[in-house]
Amino acid sequence: MPRYAMAIDLAACVGCAACSVACKLENEVPVGVNRLWIRSTELGTFPHLTVEYRPEQCLHCANPPCVPVCPTGCCYIGEGGLVLLEERRCIGCAACIAACPYDARYMHPAGYVGKCDFCEHRVRAGRVPACVETCPTLCRYFGDLDDPNSTVSVALREAGRVDVLRPELGTKPKLFYLNTPAKFGLAGNHQEVVS
Amino acid sequence: MKLRRREFIKLSAAAVGALSLGGGAQAFMPNPFRGPPGKWFTREVSEVFSVCENCFWRCGVKVYVEGGKVRKIDGYVGNPKSNGMLCPRGHGAIAQTYDPDRLKRPLIRAAGSVRGEGKYREASWDEAFSYITEKMLAIKERYGTEAVAFFGHGTGDRWFAEFLPGAWGSPNAAKPSHSLCVAPRETASMWTFGRGIAGHEQIDWGNTDYMVLLGHHIGEDTHNTQLQDFAMALKRGAKLVVVDPRFSTAASKADRWLPIKPGTDTALLLAWLHVLVTEELYDRAYLEKYTLGFEELVKHVQEFTPEWAAAITDLPAETIRIVARELAAHAPRAVLPVGRHVVWYGNDTQRMRAFFLVNILLGNYGVPGGYYLSTPPVLPEYPHPPLPLTPAAGGCAGVGAAEAPTGFRPAADRNRFFGTATAIQELIEPMITGEPYPLKGLWAYGTNLFHSIPNVPRTKEALRNLDLYVAIDVLPMEHVMWADVILPEATYLERYDDLIGFSYRNPFIQARFPAVEPLWQTKPGWWIARELGIRLGLGEFFPWDDFEEYLDTRLRGIGSSLEEMRTKGTIIQRGRPFLADWEARGRNPFNTPSGKIEIFSQTFADNGFDPLPLYTPPAEGPSGYYRLLYGRSPVHTFARTHNNPILMEMHGENALWLNADEAAQHGLRHGDYVWLENQDGVREGPIKIYATQRIRKDCVYMVHGFGHQAPLMKVANSRGACDNRLITYYTLDVISGGAGLRNNFVRIIPGAPRPRHTPLAQLAERSL
Repeated sequence: MPRYAMAIDLAACVGCAACSVACKLENEVPVGVNRLWIRSTELGTFPHLTVEYRPEQCLHCANPPCVPVCPTGCCYIGEGGLVLLEERRCIGCAACIAACPYDARYMHPAGYVGKCDFCEHRVRAGRVPACVETCPTLCRYFGDLDDPNSTVSVALREAGRVDVLRPELGTKPKLFYLNTPAKFGLAGNHQEVVS
Repeated sequence: MKLRRREFIKLSAAAVGALSLGGGAQAFMPNPFRGPPGKWFTREVSEVFSVCENCFWRCGVKVYVEGGKVRKIDGYVGNPKSNGMLCPRGHGAIAQTYDPDRLKRPLIRAAGSVRGEGKYREASWDEAFSYITEKMLAIKERYGTEAVAFFGHGTGDRWFAEFLPGAWGSPNAAKPSHSLCVAPRETASMWTFGRGIAGHEQIDWGNTDYMVLLGHHIGEDTHNTQLQDFAMALKRGAKLVVVDPRFSTAASKADRWLPIKPGTDTALLLAWLHVLVTEELYDRAYLEKYTLGFEELVKHVQEFTPEWAAAITDLPAETIRIVARELAAHAPRAVLPVGRHVVWYGNDTQRMRAFFLVNILLGNYGVPGGYYLSTPPVLPEYPHPPLPLTPAAGGCAGVGAAEAPTGFRPAADRNRFFGTATAIQELIEPMITGEPYPLKGLWAYGTNLFHSIPNVPRTKEALRNLDLYVAIDVLPMEHVMWADVILPEATYLERYDDLIGFSYRNPFIQARFPAVEPLWQTKPGWWIARELGIRLGLGEFFPWDDFEEYLDTRLRGIGSSLEEMRTKGTIIQRGRPFLADWEARGRNPFNTPSGKIEIFSQTFADNGFDPLPLYTPPAEGPSGYYRLLYGRSPVHTFARTHNNPILMEMHGENALWLNADEAAQHGLRHGDYVWLENQDGVREGPIKIYATQRIRKDCVYMVHGFGHQAPLMKVANSRGACDNRLITYYTLDVISGGAGLRNNFVRIIPGAPRPRHTPLAQLAERSL
């Protein structure tokens, strides 16, 4: 069984949102909610600056807080380790939305929850997710973590630096960020202290 | 535990969920009311090749149609402009086709109303055509065919800014993509290399090791393949220097950022020339073989020391020196890639000359790692009688014809500047003054008169003076709602267009096939042009009935066919990208008077211009004012995409970039709203403050294209602020005819109200 993961090279990403719009059309996500969005953070003072453009989406955690809280069992870990949601069985209770520390889930206006599923329908057909295929900076890598020759494994191995969002939560994300522009890692990670 | 607002909202949502669970066992049953239908990809999907029209990079795309609707647009492998990838605008273009605010049927301005009142009655196409024909013939009778101006932008501009005016007999055809965009670089390139830049900027990114961006904003202008090439160059380890008063997206990827004082770029370029020359860091063999006038340059640049430039540019002399040396160390695989919008200060052709001279000293023109030589595609015309004249509308495609048309008066902008292509903004004044001769008719095809041409009040005055103003467009833009007759064009997904060929490393031709039927009574541009042509008595120039036959005939001229295109989308031809390829065939690529790269331009000298570039300081603004800079958003194109709810969700409002220290001095915080007032007292806004470290203290910046005043465009209307309304002044580049737009200044007036808008999600629900 593969263990699907994605890596995003922040040294390449320009925050153009091609991924975000492609995702919206591919997955029929209505305006007002998003499976995938860009967070840009300005760091430093003039003229010693950097900007982190960071696409965010479901991290497909190996230890996802959203799954156990689902009362209907419609949230589950599917084949290949994808964190999935059976929309048809969702009652829209939003427990998973509250449980996700990454704000990766949204309420579809029709009353069920939506989220990134790594384009499961494409992955099943042997294709990469829509965001990976279209990125004009080629900053996204997708594949099987257990295959040392997969594009994602190679990218992780060759990266100067690898980060995940809020590792202290123990969620074990399978969305990795490579080569953060700031030396200290992902913007926000180091100050994400819960009092 | 401290809760942030976001978490509180989430918890309250959970509480609501818990309540609904109280209902009992039904909560665990599949909910019949909420079951989402199978998505588009679970049903039968057909694929159609097309060419994106949501910006003018014009990527080859594949359109996915399901249930009679376009569901998705992707790039495809095998098309050199998309390589299987696409930008946000390309993906989001669907929302324009299904925009309920689109122009739906021809409109004629209500009798008794004045232009700008926006009062219209619906008309049939026949009625609209008759109205136009009658007025056109009256203008011809009284003032001559030259008295009608034709403005065009987009793929259909071939019909409306080239073919139809040529058939009709007016040299007054112009494109904003020339004198409001690339004119200085095309003029400088023509008189330096004897070749234009022409469209796809011909940089050999794949082999370059050192890039200096000056006036180039990759990542903010998402030109798909250019962004791909740039990203790959960075991945390969190419070094990047970015010269910009603003810490742009590209600057955030740079090894070195040079926050230059706006308007002083030529001084920096001259200093680089000085270092390269005085330290003998140039490619002597290249210069001897291909260029003319290096000795003059050696003398010319002696005084332009880095110290001289440092005082002007506000950059350290040492940095200037280091970059020049690093450039030379990586030459010829070191390049200053040319950007697009280069009409800044009015001395722009000379700046572009200096820009090219640096590249020439690096020996990179026509050499791997520098500039490749693009080759135009071979594609014969559909046979038709020769047009009475060929208008020089210019545009990205180059500078156009140099000869005045015989039997016609020269274009009304002549004698104002040296360049040969028509300057769109110089045709406005003749509409008001009647000098050198009256312009009484205007066609605007896809050209936003109020968001592109500087000095909007003057443009409005000109429109009031016309006998006929026809607008052909997709949306009821503000300027469209001034026209006498409005003709609704089908969106690109609904129409054929003429074949689209690109000069490129290996040139190529791509075709646009309709994916769906046009909605309402909208029609393709080619159909509108032909129908009008026939009614205007120009039928002989349109000797085809069936557009598929027209396309097929052109394609058969290169051994292909429409059927082949339907299955391939793109045909790639063979180019000669490097000097070595030309020399192998004994050909000379330089079409200059001397047949060499002209470092020293005798033509410029003969016409009274500096034969070698000099730095002219731009005018400074009044005290308390900031220089107004403007630019692009990766999800928007000019002022065209702001009624698209999908793209507006990604970037729905522009903000004013203001240095954080300056903001503090005004007592302004991030997110406050202000008014802007320019040097002529024109007020614009409200606009949100983006208090940032990412910009110098002497200028402010905003993204172009927002702030529509078009009530029928429910999404775009009044969101953000319009830079062009603040650009009431421009400085004419007397060489190229370009309009230097960055000589406007604004002061900030705090205390503007926060605008209220209908949520985008609600507006998006109206989509068809």
